[in-house]
Amino acid sequence: MYEAGDLSRFAGRFMREWFRPRYELAEFFRQCFIIGYKSFPLVALTGFIMGLVLTMQLRPSLIRYGVESQLPAMVGIAIVREIGPVITALIFAGKIGSSIGAELGSMKVTEQIDAMEVSGTNPFKYLVVTRVAAATLMLPVLVMLGDAISLYGAYLGVNIRGNTSFHLFFTQVINNLAYGDVLPAFIKSFFFGFAVGIIGCYKGYYSQKGTEGVGRSANAAVVIASVMVFVIDLLAVQITDLLGLN
Amino acid sequence: MRTHVHTGTAEPPADPREVVLQVRHLYKSFGANQVLSDFNFTLYRGENVVVLGKSGSGKSVLIKCIIGLMKPDSGAIHLLGKEVTTLNHDELDKLRARVGFLFQSNALYDSMTVRQNLLFPLRRTWMKQEHYNEDEMVRQALKDVGLEHTMEMMPAELSGGMRKRIALARTLIMRPEIILYDEPTTGLDPITGREIVDLIVAIQKKYRASSVIISHDMTCVRLASDRVVMLIDGKCYAEGTYDELQRSDDPKVKQFFE
Ligand SMILES: Nc1ncnc2c1ncn2[C@@H]1O[C@H](COP(=O)(O)OP(=O)(O)O)[C@@H](O)[C@H]1O
Ligand SMILES: [Mg+2]
Repeated sequence: MYEAGDLSRFAGRFMREWFRPRYELAEFFRQCFIIGYKSFPLVALTGFIMGLVLTMQLRPSLIRYGVESQLPAMVGIAIVREIGPVITALIFAGKIGSSIGAELGSMKVTEQIDAMEVSGTNPFKYLVVTRVAAATLMLPVLVMLGDAISLYGAYLGVNIRGNTSFHLFFTQVINNLAYGDVLPAFIKSFFFGFAVGIIGCYKGYYSQKGTEGVGRSANAAVVIASVMVFVIDLLAVQITDLLGLN
Repeated sequence: MRTHVHTGTAEPPADPREVVLQVRHLYKSFGANQVLSDFNFTLYRGENVVVLGKSGSGKSVLIKCIIGLMKPDSGAIHLLGKEVTTLNHDELDKLRARVGFLFQSNALYDSMTVRQNLLFPLRRTWMKQEHYNEDEMVRQALKDVGLEHTMEMMPAELSGGMRKRIALARTLIMRPEIILYDEPTTGLDPITGREIVDLIVAIQKKYRASSVIISHDMTCVRLASDRVVMLIDGKCYAEGTYDELQRSDDPKVKQFFE
């Protein structure tokens, strides 16, 4: 609880510094590249497996109700609305949350953050703003890529028993996706990315002295960010419900 | 009293006792832990002062207050004509450009090459970029510490003594008037530590910088100090040259020389 206040003050500081020059663009683009590049293989692998497995798991139920032909539509909706964003965000929290937490944590304990301060570079801008912004921007991109790969996995899953052309599969998926399926999922991905970035940075930036402090920061960053992903997911579904976007 | 101006330089003979740093009535505590209580200290231009104190006595806290990384609870820090405790962020940055700080852990940026590390302090936006030649400055700074061949290496590839030298080069690139050293020999073997001390003395001669050296390494104190200030119980407990303090009868002072 006590920490929630500190974390929101940290987020508030991010908002303030984000708009003020100087803009560390080079570092921002470098972080976008690193963050995207680091997590893409894992996102692709897990997305592919989820799509494939989900399809194989759903098929028996759909056969029981005699709606096997709806398989692509069902899987598509499940992936785009929920599975894709949440699984990608969790992987992202594990991979990026921990690496940001550990990196800033070790910079903190080896006085690199203080060194930036005395070297005339605002470490909050250079380290925190760039990483949080990069995480916020890259997660939606990863979610889209993850969704696409996941759907490809689903397509292979459909074709294990059955024979649906690639074209037909995707036509079916896309025809059954409404605006209300895609847009909220896309928007919540930004919040997932922001949560992972800000929590990783917060934990690292205020890391305790010593090497075990760095480990604890990285660990706490992953745990808290993962829980936050579910909390945001819960809020998102309530909000879309209220707005009638479902 | 020893002379405080190094002879043989072409500089005009400035006031030999020009004050560059004055710390007055400095108090700093963390909760119930009173670290500094009424610490007073003066540094003159061209002088090397060693602040001697046990581990945990507040030496790092003291120099972090001097450079504005920590705010003291009360007291005044007059640095190069400015009052550190009242400066805004931009003024503080301009002042910091004239002061070098060598961190105990070196604080080299792990993700950057030696060259990028050295150029980092030059990112200051208010500095006119066109007036200097980056390559030349990096080469000169590395030459001063005898490590020209490491320019494209990563900090992880360097030994402890080399990292210390690179960290020193990174402060030298700004041509500081004052250099603050936080335990420059701690964590190094005695031979490497001795090399670093020799380097500090050589640098000080070459650039006529004033320095505050924090240490509890008596070799470093003996070789590098013009004057020694003893930080005990948060105060400047005793002050004098190495030889003067060595002859002291005070048990708290003697304990360091045993
Ligand atoms: N940021 C901090 N928060 C709380 N206590 C601190 C902090 N920095 C230093 N201290 C305390 O101040 C005292 C002096 O620390 P320090 O100046 O690092 O000692 P040293 O003389 O070894 O450099 C220690 O008791 C330390 O626990
Ligand atoms: Mg210290």
